[in-house]
Amino acid sequence: MNSSLNLDAAFSALADSTRRGILARLAKGEATVMELAEPFEMTQPAISQHLKVLEDAGLIVSRIDGARRPRRLSASGIEAMDQWLAMLKKALEKNYNRLDEVLAAMEMPKQKSKKGERR
Amino acid sequence: MSKLTLKTEGDTHVVVTRRFAAPTEAVYRAHIDPKLVQKWMLGPEGWTMPVCINDARPGGKIRYEWSNGKGGGFHLTGEFLELEPYSRIVHVERMHLPDPTPDNHIETRFDADGAGTLMTMRMTLPDAQTRAAMLATGMEHGMEASYVRLEGMIELGSRRSAS
Repeated sequence: MNSSLNLDAAFSALADSTRRGILARLAKGEATVMELAEPFEMTQPAISQHLKVLEDAGLIVSRIDGARRPRRLSASGIEAMDQWLAMLKKALEKNYNRLDEVLAAMEMPKQKSKKGERR
Repeated sequence: MSKLTLKTEGDTHVVVTRRFAAPTEAVYRAHIDPKLVQKWMLGPEGWTMPVCINDARPGGKIRYEWSNGKGGGFHLTGEFLELEPYSRIVHVERMHLPDPTPDNHIETRFDADGAGTLMTMRMTLPDAQTRAAMLATGMEHGMEASYVRLEGMIELGSRRSAS
């Protein structure tokens, strides 16, 4: 049960934009602390702290490569990223569904009821 | 199934497409008329856009302010670069969270598609890291509602595997 995704830890891990940025970066592939620190303009210890939170939450894993410890997304982390993209899509879809209503009211009141689409 | 597509392209682009059952003129107007924009560009349930400034001419300013009605909110500023009624809008925008994010350069095209419109929004970010951060930040908007959904999904998943 505690091996993979710790739900409470995952939620608090995801509540920070730097950590979400780190996950988004790792979605592109494995990276070292130094590579992760650069775009965020943060010190390596600060990044390491974020990495520890993500690791404890089961979202990322590390491996040992000589003196380096590159991190990558775990299966749970990949799932979380997929769900994020799905959420972003949903937020956009919500906007555009509202736009559908706006357009229907504007130009084509006859087509107000949309066929084959249910909430 | 969904009419919306969202994908990354190369290192710095995000492309969103969506079809609408309305002519290009209507879809174009709904993107620049503040009274119309305020009705739909709201993100998650419960959010409103109390301030919507859209000076739709090259060099004209954009300012959107969102509020969740509970003291939470953020705003976006930008400038229009090119407007071709009713087929194309080019603008730059940045979120203030409260620090400004790097500029997102956005070309929105409206192509006639039968009686409707195919909208293609192509965002260009300065670099791959900025794009990753933007996708992560964009996700933040839907977060409040999304947590509930995510929780639901995970619960559903564990219940399924438990039974």
